[in-house]
Amino acid sequence: MLQEIFALEFMRNALLAALLSSIACGIIGTYVVVKKIGFISGGIAHTAFGGIGLGYYLGVNPLLGVIPFSLAAALAIGMLSKKAKVAEDTAIGTLWAVGMAVGVICIGLKPGYAPDLFSYLFGNILTVPSSDLWMIMLLDLLIISVVWLLSKEFLAISFDEEYAAVSGLKTTALYLLMLCLIALTVVVMVRVVGIVMVIALLTIPAAIARMLSRSLLGMMIQSVVFSALFSVCGLWLSFLFDVASGATIILVAGFAFLLAQVWRLVSVFLRAR
Amino acid sequence: MRTSIIECHQLSVDFDGVKVLDGLTFSVCEGDFLGLIGPNGGGKTTLLRVLLGLEKHSAGSVTVFGGLPGRSPGRIGYVPQRLFFDREFPISVRDLVLMGRLSKKNLFQRYNHLDRAKADEAICTTGLERLTERRIGDLSGGELQRALIARALAGEPELLLLDEPTASIDPQMKTTIYDLIEQLKERLTIVLVTHDISLINRYVTKVATLNVTLELSEPDPVSGRERLRAPVPQNSAFPNL
Repeated sequence: MLQEIFALEFMRNALLAALLSSIACGIIGTYVVVKKIGFISGGIAHTAFGGIGLGYYLGVNPLLGVIPFSLAAALAIGMLSKKAKVAEDTAIGTLWAVGMAVGVICIGLKPGYAPDLFSYLFGNILTVPSSDLWMIMLLDLLIISVVWLLSKEFLAISFDEEYAAVSGLKTTALYLLMLCLIALTVVVMVRVVGIVMVIALLTIPAAIARMLSRSLLGMMIQSVVFSALFSVCGLWLSFLFDVASGATIILVAGFAFLLAQVWRLVSVFLRAR
Repeated sequence: MRTSIIECHQLSVDFDGVKVLDGLTFSVCEGDFLGLIGPNGGGKTTLLRVLLGLEKHSAGSVTVFGGLPGRSPGRIGYVPQRLFFDREFPISVRDLVLMGRLSKKNLFQRYNHLDRAKADEAICTTGLERLTERRIGDLSGGELQRALIARALAGEPELLLLDEPTASIDPQMKTTIYDLIEQLKERLTIVLVTHDISLINRYVTKVATLNVTLELSEPDPVSGRERLRAPVPQNSAFPNL
Protein backbone atom coordinates (compact mmCIF):
# COMPACT_ATOMS: atom_id res chain seq x y z
CA MET A 1 0.00 0.00 0.00
CA LEU A 2 2.63 2.53 1.08
CA GLN A 3 4.96 1.49 -1.72
CA GLU A 4 2.10 1.87 -4.13
CA ILE A 5 1.57 5.43 -2.88
CA PHE A 6 5.22 6.42 -3.05
CA ALA A 7 5.60 4.99 -6.54
CA LEU A 8 3.38 7.80 -7.79
CA GLU A 9 5.20 11.10 -8.32
CA PHE A 10 2.12 13.18 -7.54
CA MET A 11 1.74 11.37 -4.23
CA ARG A 12 5.37 12.03 -3.34
CA ASN A 13 4.91 15.70 -4.17
CA ALA A 14 1.69 15.82 -2.21
CA LEU A 15 3.35 14.31 0.83
CA LEU A 16 6.26 16.75 0.58
CA ALA A 17 3.87 19.68 0.20
CA ALA A 18 1.94 18.54 3.25
CA LEU A 19 5.07 18.24 5.37
CA LEU A 20 6.70 21.46 4.16
CA SER A 21 3.57 23.54 4.57
CA SER A 22 3.13 22.20 8.10
CA ILE A 23 6.31 24.01 9.11
CA ALA A 24 5.01 27.45 8.19
CA CYS A 25 1.55 26.57 9.38
CA GLY A 26 2.61 25.40 12.84
CA ILE A 27 4.95 28.32 13.51
CA ILE A 28 2.66 31.09 12.30
CA GLY A 29 -0.49 29.36 13.55
CA THR A 30 0.98 29.59 17.04
CA TYR A 31 1.03 33.39 16.82
CA VAL A 32 -2.47 33.45 15.28
CA VAL A 33 -3.81 31.49 18.23
CA VAL A 34 -2.01 33.21 21.12
CA LYS A 35 -2.62 36.67 19.68
CA LYS A 36 -6.23 35.75 18.87
CA ILE A 37 -6.12 37.07 15.33
CA GLY A 38 -7.97 34.20 13.64
CA PHE A 39 -10.54 36.48 12.07
CA ILE A 40 -7.86 38.84 10.79
CA SER A 41 -5.99 35.88 9.31
CA GLY A 42 -9.17 34.64 7.67
CA GLY A 43 -9.59 38.10 6.18
CA ILE A 44 -6.07 38.06 4.76
CA ALA A 45 -6.61 34.59 3.27
CA HIS A 46 -9.87 35.45 1.56
CA THR A 47 -8.70 38.84 0.33
CA ALA A 48 -5.76 36.99 -1.22
CA PHE A 49 -8.17 35.27 -3.59
CA GLY A 50 -8.18 38.54 -5.52
CA GLY A 51 -4.48 37.92 -6.15
CA ILE A 52 -5.15 34.45 -7.50
CA GLY A 53 -7.78 35.83 -9.87
CA LEU A 54 -5.43 38.61 -10.97
CA GLY A 55 -2.58 36.17 -11.52
CA TYR A 56 -4.85 33.92 -13.52
CA TYR A 57 -6.10 36.83 -15.63
CA LEU A 58 -2.56 38.07 -16.34
CA GLY A 59 -1.44 34.55 -17.15
CA VAL A 60 1.29 34.26 -14.48
CA ASN A 61 1.53 31.47 -11.91
CA PRO A 62 -1.40 32.29 -9.60
CA LEU A 63 0.77 31.50 -6.60
CA LEU A 64 3.11 34.32 -7.69
CA GLY A 65 0.17 36.66 -8.17
CA VAL A 66 -1.09 35.92 -4.71
CA ILE A 67 2.12 36.90 -2.87
CA PRO A 68 2.00 40.69 -3.48
CA PHE A 69 -1.77 40.70 -3.22
CA SER A 70 -1.88 38.91 0.12
CA LEU A 71 0.92 41.09 1.51
CA ALA A 72 -1.05 44.18 0.50
CA ALA A 73 -4.14 42.64 2.09
CA ALA A 74 -2.20 42.00 5.32
CA LEU A 75 -0.96 45.60 5.49
CA ALA A 76 -4.39 47.03 4.68
CA ILE A 77 -6.17 44.86 7.24
CA GLY A 78 -3.48 45.52 9.83
CA MET A 79 -3.73 49.25 9.34
CA LEU A 80 -7.53 49.12 9.47
CA SER A 81 -7.54 47.05 12.63
CA LYS A 82 -5.20 49.53 14.33
CA LYS A 83 -6.36 52.89 13.11
CA ALA A 84 -9.80 52.62 11.54
CA LYS A 85 -12.66 54.62 12.91
CA VAL A 86 -15.08 51.92 11.76
CA ALA A 87 -15.41 48.75 13.79
CA GLU A 88 -12.53 46.37 13.12
CA ASP A 89 -14.70 43.40 12.15
CA THR A 90 -16.68 45.51 9.69
CA ALA A 91 -13.49 46.71 8.02
CA ILE A 92 -12.06 43.20 7.78
CA GLY A 93 -15.35 41.71 6.57
CA THR A 94 -15.49 44.32 3.82
CA LEU A 95 -11.96 43.63 2.57
CA TRP A 96 -12.63 39.90 2.85
CA ALA A 97 -15.57 40.12 0.42
CA VAL A 98 -14.01 42.74 -1.87
CA GLY A 99 -10.92 40.53 -2.35
CA MET A 100 -13.07 37.56 -3.26
CA ALA A 101 -15.10 39.74 -5.64
CA VAL A 102 -11.95 40.97 -7.43
CA GLY A 103 -10.87 37.36 -7.86
CA VAL A 104 -14.21 36.24 -9.28
CA ILE A 105 -14.37 39.18 -11.74
CA CYS A 106 -10.79 38.62 -12.95
CA ILE A 107 -11.39 34.94 -13.55
CA GLY A 108 -14.66 35.74 -15.32
CA LEU A 109 -12.93 38.25 -17.63
CA LYS A 110 -10.45 35.65 -18.86
CA PRO A 111 -11.97 33.87 -21.84
CA GLY A 112 -12.52 30.16 -21.46
CA TYR A 113 -13.26 27.91 -18.52
CA ALA A 114 -11.13 28.13 -15.36
CA PRO A 115 -10.62 24.51 -14.47
CA ASP A 116 -8.48 24.91 -11.37
CA LEU A 117 -10.39 27.73 -9.71
CA PHE A 118 -11.95 25.17 -7.45
CA SER A 119 -8.55 23.88 -6.39
CA TYR A 120 -7.47 27.32 -5.14
CA LEU A 121 -10.61 27.67 -3.09
CA PHE A 122 -10.56 24.20 -1.60
CA GLY A 123 -7.02 22.98 -2.24
CA ASN A 124 -5.76 20.18 -4.39
CA ILE A 125 -2.57 18.85 -2.97
CA LEU A 126 -2.44 16.10 -5.61
CA THR A 127 -1.63 18.58 -8.38
CA VAL A 128 1.28 20.36 -6.69
CA PRO A 129 4.05 20.83 -9.28
CA SER A 130 7.70 20.58 -8.20
CA SER A 131 8.19 24.31 -8.80
CA ASP A 132 5.63 25.06 -6.11
CA LEU A 133 7.47 22.78 -3.72
CA TRP A 134 10.56 24.95 -4.11
CA MET A 135 8.51 28.06 -3.47
CA ILE A 136 6.96 26.54 -0.35
CA MET A 137 10.42 25.62 0.88
CA LEU A 138 11.75 29.14 0.29
CA LEU A 139 8.80 30.67 2.12
CA ASP A 140 9.38 28.23 4.99
CA LEU A 141 13.00 29.33 5.23
CA LEU A 142 12.00 32.99 5.16
CA ILE A 143 9.38 32.51 7.88
CA ILE A 144 11.75 30.52 10.11
CA SER A 145 14.50 33.14 9.78
CA VAL A 146 12.26 36.11 10.55
CA VAL A 147 10.68 34.34 13.52
CA TRP A 148 14.10 33.28 14.81
CA LEU A 149 15.49 36.81 14.52
CA LEU A 150 12.47 38.47 16.10
CA SER A 151 11.40 35.80 18.57
CA LYS A 152 11.64 38.00 21.66
CA GLU A 153 9.83 40.88 19.96
CA PHE A 154 7.04 38.66 18.62
CA LEU A 155 6.68 37.04 22.03
CA ALA A 156 6.36 40.47 23.63
CA ILE A 157 3.73 41.82 21.24
CA SER A 158 1.75 38.58 21.40
CA PHE A 159 1.72 38.49 25.18
CA ASP A 160 1.16 42.11 26.04
CA GLU A 161 1.38 44.68 23.28
CA GLU A 162 1.20 47.60 25.68
CA TYR A 163 4.16 46.38 27.71
CA ALA A 164 6.08 45.86 24.48
CA ALA A 165 5.39 49.47 23.53
CA VAL A 166 6.48 50.68 26.96
CA SER A 167 9.73 48.74 26.47
CA GLY A 168 10.42 50.82 23.40
CA LEU A 169 9.38 48.37 20.68
CA LYS A 170 7.81 49.59 17.44
CA THR A 171 4.73 47.50 18.05
CA THR A 172 2.72 48.56 15.01
CA ALA A 173 5.57 47.78 12.60
CA LEU A 174 6.13 44.40 14.27
CA TYR A 175 2.43 43.63 14.17
CA LEU A 176 2.27 44.44 10.45
CA LEU A 177 5.31 42.25 9.84
CA MET A 178 3.60 39.43 11.70
CA LEU A 179 0.52 39.83 9.51
CA CYS A 180 2.77 39.71 6.43
CA LEU A 181 4.16 36.39 7.65
CA ILE A 182 0.57 35.18 8.03
CA ALA A 183 -0.06 36.27 4.44
CA LEU A 184 2.95 34.26 3.22
CA THR A 185 1.75 31.26 5.19
CA VAL A 186 -1.61 31.57 3.49
CA VAL A 187 0.22 31.42 0.14
CA VAL A 188 1.96 28.24 1.29
CA MET A 189 -1.32 26.67 2.40
CA VAL A 190 -3.35 27.52 -0.70
CA ARG A 191 -2.17 24.38 -2.51
CA VAL A 192 -2.82 22.14 0.44
CA VAL A 193 -6.24 23.08 1.76
CA GLY A 194 -7.23 26.10 -0.32
CA ILE A 195 -8.16 29.62 0.69
CA VAL A 196 -11.51 28.84 2.26
CA MET A 197 -10.11 26.28 4.70
CA VAL A 198 -6.69 27.81 5.45
CA ILE A 199 -7.87 29.24 8.70
CA ALA A 200 -8.76 25.84 10.14
CA LEU A 201 -5.31 24.39 9.56
CA LEU A 202 -3.72 27.60 10.82
CA THR A 203 -5.56 27.50 14.14
CA ILE A 204 -6.47 23.89 15.03
CA PRO A 205 -2.97 22.40 15.43
CA ALA A 206 -1.82 25.43 17.44
CA ALA A 207 -4.94 25.39 19.60
CA ILE A 208 -4.33 21.75 20.53
CA ALA A 209 -0.61 22.43 21.09
CA ARG A 210 -1.41 25.30 23.45
CA MET A 211 -3.14 22.91 25.82
CA LEU A 212 0.12 20.97 26.16
CA SER A 213 2.91 23.54 26.13
CA ARG A 214 4.67 25.84 28.53
CA SER A 215 6.52 27.97 26.02
CA LEU A 216 5.91 29.48 22.63
CA LEU A 217 8.76 27.45 21.10
CA GLY A 218 7.31 24.22 22.48
CA MET A 219 3.91 25.19 21.16
CA MET A 220 5.37 25.87 17.71
CA ILE A 221 7.14 22.51 17.52
CA GLN A 222 4.01 20.69 18.64
CA SER A 223 1.78 22.54 16.20
CA VAL A 224 4.16 21.68 13.36
CA VAL A 225 3.94 18.02 14.36
CA PHE A 226 0.13 18.11 14.69
CA SER A 227 -0.23 19.94 11.42
CA ALA A 228 1.97 17.39 9.62
CA LEU A 229 0.07 14.56 11.25
CA PHE A 230 -3.32 15.90 10.17
CA SER A 231 -2.14 16.63 6.63
CA VAL A 232 -0.57 13.21 6.12
CA CYS A 233 -3.52 11.39 7.71
CA GLY A 234 -5.98 13.40 5.64
CA LEU A 235 -3.99 12.77 2.50
CA TRP A 236 -3.89 9.03 3.16
CA LEU A 237 -7.62 8.84 3.95
CA SER A 238 -8.50 10.85 0.85
CA PHE A 239 -6.42 8.43 -1.24
CA LEU A 240 -8.09 5.47 0.44
CA PHE A 241 -11.65 6.68 -0.06
CA ASP A 242 -11.03 8.70 -3.20
CA VAL A 243 -12.41 11.97 -1.80
CA ALA A 244 -11.15 15.59 -1.88
CA SER A 245 -7.80 15.82 -0.08
CA GLY A 246 -8.06 19.38 1.33
CA ALA A 247 -11.47 18.74 2.83
CA THR A 248 -10.34 15.43 4.31
CA ILE A 249 -7.35 17.12 5.97
CA ILE A 250 -9.67 19.68 7.53
CA LEU A 251 -12.05 16.99 8.74
CA VAL A 252 -9.18 15.09 10.36
CA ALA A 253 -8.03 18.29 12.08
CA GLY A 254 -11.56 19.13 13.18
CA PHE A 255 -12.05 15.66 14.59
CA ALA A 256 -8.75 15.87 16.47
CA PHE A 257 -9.81 19.24 17.89
CA LEU A 258 -13.05 17.71 19.10
CA LEU A 259 -11.16 14.83 20.72
CA ALA A 260 -8.79 17.27 22.43
CA GLN A 261 -11.69 19.24 23.86
CA VAL A 262 -13.40 16.09 25.12
CA TRP A 263 -10.11 14.95 26.63
CA ARG A 264 -9.74 18.32 28.35
CA LEU A 265 -13.24 18.14 29.79
CA VAL A 266 -12.70 14.57 30.99
CA SER A 267 -9.38 15.42 32.62
CA VAL A 268 -10.89 18.43 34.40
CA PHE A 269 -13.74 16.21 35.57
CA LEU A 270 -11.36 13.51 36.82
CA ARG A 271 -9.19 16.04 38.65
CA ALA A 272 -12.25 17.54 40.33
CA ARG A 273 -13.26 14.17 41.79
CA MET B 1 18.47 69.14 46.14
CA ARG B 2 17.43 65.78 44.79
CA THR B 3 17.09 65.23 41.08
CA SER B 4 13.60 65.62 39.73
CA ILE B 5 12.39 62.60 37.78
CA ILE B 6 8.82 63.47 36.83
CA GLU B 7 7.71 67.04 36.23
CA CYS B 8 4.09 67.82 35.37
CA HIS B 9 2.86 71.34 34.86
CA GLN B 10 -0.81 72.09 34.25
CA LEU B 11 -1.07 68.67 32.59
CA SER B 12 -4.46 67.99 31.01
CA VAL B 13 -5.80 65.07 29.01
CA ASP B 14 -9.13 64.84 27.29
CA PHE B 15 -10.80 62.04 25.42
CA ASP B 16 -13.22 63.33 22.77
CA GLY B 17 -13.68 66.61 24.58
CA VAL B 18 -14.19 65.08 28.02
CA LYS B 19 -11.54 66.13 30.53
CA VAL B 20 -10.01 63.08 32.17
CA LEU B 21 -7.13 64.92 33.81
CA ASP B 22 -7.30 68.66 34.44
CA GLY B 23 -4.43 70.95 35.30
CA LEU B 24 -2.15 68.55 37.19
CA THR B 25 0.98 70.15 38.62
CA PHE B 26 3.32 67.98 40.62
CA SER B 27 6.80 66.57 40.63
CA VAL B 28 8.40 63.34 41.74
CA CYS B 29 12.02 63.46 42.89
CA GLU B 30 14.60 60.74 43.18
CA GLY B 31 13.78 58.47 46.12
CA ASP B 32 10.18 59.59 46.39
CA PHE B 33 7.37 57.14 46.90
CA LEU B 34 4.20 58.73 45.58
CA GLY B 35 0.89 57.06 46.32
CA LEU B 36 -1.86 57.99 43.89
CA ILE B 37 -5.33 57.33 45.22
CA GLY B 38 -8.74 58.24 43.95
CA PRO B 39 -12.02 56.79 42.72
CA ASN B 40 -12.38 54.54 39.69
CA GLY B 41 -12.52 56.69 36.59
CA GLY B 42 -10.56 59.39 38.40
CA GLY B 43 -7.77 59.18 35.83
CA LYS B 44 -5.12 57.25 37.78
CA THR B 45 -4.36 54.77 35.04
CA THR B 46 -4.54 57.51 32.42
CA LEU B 47 -1.88 59.45 34.29
CA LEU B 48 0.40 56.40 34.32
CA ARG B 49 -0.22 55.90 30.62
CA VAL B 50 0.74 59.51 29.95
CA LEU B 51 3.94 59.07 31.95
CA LEU B 52 4.73 55.96 29.90
CA GLY B 53 4.11 57.72 26.61
CA LEU B 54 1.12 55.52 25.76
CA GLU B 55 -1.34 58.41 25.89
CA LYS B 56 -0.92 61.95 24.57
CA HIS B 57 -1.69 64.90 26.78
CA SER B 58 -3.75 67.75 25.39
CA ALA B 59 -2.39 70.69 27.37
CA GLY B 60 0.37 71.58 29.80
CA SER B 61 3.73 69.88 29.94
CA VAL B 62 5.16 66.64 31.23
CA THR B 63 8.74 65.43 31.37
CA VAL B 64 10.13 62.12 32.57
CA PHE B 65 13.86 61.95 33.21
CA GLY B 66 14.04 65.40 31.64
CA GLY B 67 12.63 64.25 28.31
CA LEU B 68 9.35 63.44 26.67
CA PRO B 69 7.44 60.48 28.11
CA GLY B 70 8.24 57.22 26.36
CA ARG B 71 11.80 58.26 25.48
CA SER B 72 13.57 56.50 28.33
CA PRO B 73 12.10 52.99 28.40
CA GLY B 74 15.27 51.45 29.88
CA ARG B 75 14.94 53.51 33.06
CA ILE B 76 11.30 52.77 33.85
CA GLY B 77 9.80 49.60 35.25
CA TYR B 78 6.09 49.21 34.66
CA VAL B 79 3.77 46.85 36.51
CA PRO B 80 0.43 46.87 34.71
CA GLN B 81 -2.88 45.72 36.15
CA ARG B 82 -2.68 42.00 35.73
CA LEU B 83 -6.17 41.70 34.30
CA PHE B 84 -5.20 42.74 30.82
CA PHE B 85 -3.53 39.69 29.38
CA ASP B 86 -4.35 36.08 28.68
CA ARG B 87 -3.56 33.81 31.61
CA GLU B 88 -3.70 30.80 29.30
CA PHE B 89 -0.68 32.11 27.39
CA PRO B 90 2.02 29.43 27.23
CA ILE B 91 4.85 31.20 29.04
CA SER B 92 6.85 30.29 32.13
CA VAL B 93 7.62 32.65 34.99
CA ARG B 94 11.27 32.81 33.87
CA ASP B 95 10.38 33.84 30.31
CA LEU B 96 7.87 36.38 31.60
CA VAL B 97 10.50 37.96 33.84
CA LEU B 98 13.07 37.86 31.04
CA MET B 99 10.70 40.05 29.04
CA GLY B 100 11.65 42.82 31.45
CA ARG B 101 15.07 42.93 29.74
CA LEU B 102 13.45 43.94 26.47
CA SER B 103 14.06 47.63 27.00
CA LYS B 104 17.80 46.98 27.35
CA LYS B 105 18.10 45.06 24.08
CA ASN B 106 18.20 46.08 20.45
CA LEU B 107 16.08 44.58 17.71
CA PHE B 108 17.35 41.08 16.73
CA GLN B 109 19.59 40.89 19.81
CA ARG B 110 19.07 37.72 21.81
CA TYR B 111 18.95 37.44 25.59
CA ASN B 112 22.38 36.53 26.99
CA HIS B 113 23.74 35.30 30.31
CA LEU B 114 23.64 38.80 31.79
CA ASP B 115 19.93 39.09 31.00
CA ARG B 116 19.31 35.68 32.52
CA ALA B 117 21.29 36.62 35.63
CA LYS B 118 19.28 39.83 36.07
CA ALA B 119 16.04 37.92 35.59
CA ASP B 120 17.09 35.33 38.20
CA GLU B 121 18.03 38.13 40.59
CA ALA B 122 14.60 39.71 40.19
CA ILE B 123 12.99 36.30 40.71
CA CYS B 124 14.93 35.97 44.00
CA THR B 125 13.98 39.47 45.15
CA THR B 126 10.32 38.63 44.68
CA GLY B 127 10.67 35.18 46.23
CA LEU B 128 9.59 33.16 43.22
CA GLU B 129 12.62 30.82 43.03
CA ARG B 130 10.56 27.68 43.33
CA LEU B 131 8.14 28.73 40.61
CA THR B 132 10.49 29.71 37.77
CA GLU B 133 9.43 26.90 35.43
CA ARG B 134 5.76 27.18 36.33
CA ARG B 135 3.36 28.26 33.59
CA ILE B 136 1.80 31.61 34.52
CA GLY B 137 -1.69 30.14 34.24
CA ASP B 138 -0.86 27.92 37.22
CA LEU B 139 0.12 30.79 39.55
CA SER B 140 -2.10 32.27 42.22
CA GLY B 141 -3.08 35.91 41.94
CA GLY B 142 -0.41 37.03 44.40
CA GLU B 143 2.32 34.96 42.74
CA LEU B 144 1.43 36.35 39.33
CA GLN B 145 1.54 39.86 40.75
CA ARG B 146 5.02 39.23 42.14
CA ALA B 147 6.09 37.83 38.77
CA LEU B 148 4.95 41.07 37.12
CA ILE B 149 6.95 43.06 39.65
CA ALA B 150 9.94 40.79 38.96
CA ARG B 151 9.58 41.51 35.25
CA ALA B 152 9.72 45.25 35.95
CA LEU B 153 12.75 44.81 38.23
CA ALA B 154 14.67 42.68 35.73
CA GLY B 155 15.07 45.77 33.57
CA GLU B 156 17.01 47.49 36.40
CA PRO B 157 14.74 50.53 36.45
CA GLU B 158 15.27 53.75 38.37
CA LEU B 159 11.57 54.55 38.39
CA LEU B 160 8.88 51.99 39.14
CA LEU B 161 5.27 52.59 38.11
CA LEU B 162 2.74 50.24 39.71
CA ASP B 163 -0.90 50.13 38.67
CA GLU B 164 -3.19 48.59 41.31
CA PRO B 165 -0.71 45.89 42.34
CA THR B 166 -3.07 44.53 44.96
CA ALA B 167 -6.35 44.55 43.05
CA SER B 168 -8.22 41.27 43.50
CA ILE B 169 -5.66 39.72 45.84
CA ASP B 170 -6.62 38.40 49.26
CA PRO B 171 -5.61 40.58 52.26
CA GLN B 172 -2.76 38.31 53.41
CA MET B 173 -1.15 38.47 49.99
CA LYS B 174 -1.60 42.25 49.92
CA THR B 175 0.72 42.67 52.87
CA THR B 176 3.45 40.54 51.27
CA ILE B 177 3.19 42.62 48.11
CA TYR B 178 3.47 45.81 50.17
CA ASP B 179 6.38 44.38 52.16
CA LEU B 180 8.11 43.74 48.87
CA ILE B 181 7.39 47.26 47.68
CA GLU B 182 8.68 48.66 50.96
CA GLN B 183 12.02 46.90 50.36
CA LEU B 184 12.15 48.35 46.89
CA LYS B 185 11.57 51.91 47.99
CA GLU B 186 15.05 51.94 49.51
CA ARG B 187 16.59 51.86 46.05
CA LEU B 188 13.89 53.03 43.65
CA THR B 189 11.63 55.95 42.96
CA ILE B 190 8.08 54.64 43.00
CA VAL B 191 4.69 55.84 41.81
CA LEU B 192 1.93 53.56 43.04
CA VAL B 193 -1.68 53.73 41.91
CA THR B 194 -4.16 52.12 44.25
CA HIS B 195 -7.47 52.42 45.98
CA ASP B 196 -6.16 50.79 49.16
CA ILE B 197 -6.05 54.10 51.04
CA SER B 198 -5.61 52.46 54.40
CA LEU B 199 -2.63 50.39 53.32
CA ILE B 200 -0.48 52.90 51.53
CA ASN B 201 -0.30 55.61 54.17
CA ARG B 202 2.43 53.92 56.15
CA TYR B 203 4.67 53.28 53.18
CA VAL B 204 4.57 56.35 50.97
CA THR B 205 6.38 59.66 51.28
CA LYS B 206 3.75 61.58 49.31
CA VAL B 207 0.07 61.02 48.75
CA ALA B 208 -1.97 62.53 45.96
CA THR B 209 -5.68 62.19 45.49
CA LEU B 210 -6.62 62.14 41.86
CA ASN B 211 -10.15 62.79 40.74
CA VAL B 212 -9.70 64.57 37.41
CA THR B 213 -7.81 67.20 39.40
CA LEU B 214 -4.95 66.42 41.73
CA GLU B 215 -4.59 67.23 45.39
CA LEU B 216 -1.31 66.58 47.19
CA SER B 217 -1.30 65.77 50.88
CA GLU B 218 1.11 64.53 53.53
CA PRO B 219 0.93 60.84 54.33
CA ASP B 220 -0.54 59.99 57.69
CA PRO B 221 1.59 57.12 58.93
CA VAL B 222 -0.01 56.84 62.36
CA SER B 223 -3.61 56.40 61.34
CA GLY B 224 -2.49 54.39 58.35
CA ARG B 225 -0.65 52.00 60.62
CA GLU B 226 -3.58 51.65 62.96
CA ARG B 227 -5.99 51.03 60.18
CA LEU B 228 -3.69 48.39 58.86
CA ARG B 229 -3.11 46.77 62.21
CA ALA B 230 -6.71 46.21 63.06
CA PRO B 231 -7.59 43.43 60.58
CA VAL B 232 -4.29 41.53 60.84
CA PRO B 233 -4.48 38.81 63.49
CA GLN B 234 -1.66 38.48 66.07
CA ASN B 235 -0.52 35.08 64.84
CA SER B 236 -0.19 36.39 61.32
CA ALA B 237 2.62 35.17 59.13
CA PHE B 238 4.02 38.70 59.22
CA PRO B 239 4.59 39.48 62.89
CA ASN B 240 6.88 42.45 62.24
CA LEU B 241 4.23 44.67 60.76
